[in-house]
Amino acid sequence: MEDVNKLEAFQAKIDREEKIEPKDWMPADYRKHLIRQISQHAHSEVVGMQPEGQWISRAPSLRAKVVLLAKVQDEAGHGLYLYSAAESLSISRDELLEQLHTEKAKYSSIFNYPTLTWADMGAVGWLVDGAAIVNQVSLQRTSYGPYSRGMVRICKEESFHQRQGYEVISDMALGSPEQKQMAQDALNRMWWPSLMMFGPHDADSPNTGNATKWKIKRETNDELRQKFIDKTVQQAEVIGLTIPDPDLKWNEERGHYDFGKIDWSELKEVIHGCGPCNKQRLNHHRKAHEEGAWVREAANAYAQKQRDKKKVA
Amino acid sequence: MTVDEALVKYCLRLGDDAMILGHRLSELCSKGPYLEEDIALTNISLDLFGQTRMMYTTAGELEGKGRKEDDFAYNRLEPEFENVLLVEQPNGHFGNTIARQLIFSVFYYHLFSELKNSPNENLAAFAAKSVKETTYHMRHSAEWVVRLGDGTEESHWRIKDALNEIWSYRHELFEQDEVDTTLVEAGLIPDTTTLKARFENSIKEVLDRATIDEVAEGWKATGGRRGHHSEYLGHILPIFQSIPRTYPDSTWS
Repeated sequence: MEDVNKLEAFQAKIDREEKIEPKDWMPADYRKHLIRQISQHAHSEVVGMQPEGQWISRAPSLRAKVVLLAKVQDEAGHGLYLYSAAESLSISRDELLEQLHTEKAKYSSIFNYPTLTWADMGAVGWLVDGAAIVNQVSLQRTSYGPYSRGMVRICKEESFHQRQGYEVISDMALGSPEQKQMAQDALNRMWWPSLMMFGPHDADSPNTGNATKWKIKRETNDELRQKFIDKTVQQAEVIGLTIPDPDLKWNEERGHYDFGKIDWSELKEVIHGCGPCNKQRLNHHRKAHEEGAWVREAANAYAQKQRDKKKVA
Repeated sequence: MTVDEALVKYCLRLGDDAMILGHRLSELCSKGPYLEEDIALTNISLDLFGQTRMMYTTAGELEGKGRKEDDFAYNRLEPEFENVLLVEQPNGHFGNTIARQLIFSVFYYHLFSELKNSPNENLAAFAAKSVKETTYHMRHSAEWVVRLGDGTEESHWRIKDALNEIWSYRHELFEQDEVDTTLVEAGLIPDTTTLKARFENSIKEVLDRATIDEVAEGWKATGGRRGHHSEYLGHILPIFQSIPRTYPDSTWS
């Protein structure tokens, strides 16, 4: 009976658009859903450092280098806000990383594709961050306070990233023939995986459940995907690149672009560990974590010694 | 050698030291022992690339041949780089990275503390900005040496080993050739022999706190300022310069 009253009060609060805070009562499923979603988001930021990070040493100008380095560092920062938001739901960073390393927790499949040329630094910012922003703008209104506030900060930085990516790809698209070819090739490879970032079609989405009622999720996968397509098509046209979808056309009646069929079998393969870089990305993260173990132990041991000294004093 | 020629060389050397170490640290992006430390190391890298750009731009202006920052970074070959060998040394494990950083940051902290009073406006402005950054870098590496030295048994031997390996690379930072003597005589830069005692005191303070009693001497590193490098630079530059060299007809923003 008590739980029913609590649940009603919880739902009423959400319906009044008030945020749920860490110390508030919340249903176990709400907590579980948030931990899953926020940790997946945090891991995506952190694993997402790799495909871009591997180009820092090859950036073609000093300016491009510092911009990319700062961008990847922002992603590490986003990972930190999100891990903190997840920790406020009573799960530790160690547990979250353990879940990543044992593949219980997922990260965005987009990062299991390789970045093959410098144009990919443009495509990642333009398309991947562009798709992420559409989702994140929507999540600024999510019902869990720490997640919502994290999103507000993250969105500010992501919009810079998206512009940085678009700048790289437009300079290349409008540059030498070799550069233009690299830009088009990057778009060809990244377009469909970017559309898949929004997840399955609404009719096939297994994790929506109460997420809409609890206002964790504010818009559906298909709505968000459509928003992304609508804003991106024109951006490609302006710089003379062709989106690799022959069925893409403006639908006057719907006021949206129609687009071709997404190959979900590919996404399923990648989600289930069979993408081009799944093993590489996870092994990279595990290796860095394992190689850092002695450093973390040393820092803890030193801190303990300092506490012991204080006690004696 | 005229004072102007010496100034161009001096700026390039400061830029080269910062660029190669900035590169080394940037290689660690996504490989830190934990996320906060990943950010700390790339922050230092970013500061160093900022210093690189400032010094290359200044060198290009003083030289007056129209060379820009990227011409110095991407269009020179190994022998034209005059960085110290210290900065080329591999990242190794975290202790190696930190030991290298400590020596570099302590030296530059003391150099910049003097150089900021230079009558040359470019150098003074550069040093005034850089000394603030370098103070943080020095504190960061010193605090880590202390934690590793006085942490666990494993961390103690690892940082001690790392210091033993890199310690003799400090000598090159104090070397003075015609470039330096010309500028010292003109009163534009400090005489590095006057910095040696301060450098060693700062290091000793850190080692004492880290419970490390003694560091071994090894091969007295030299050559970088004459363009004679370790084998490592030949692996850094081809990667660093790969895109502009592969696509010479393209421009990059």
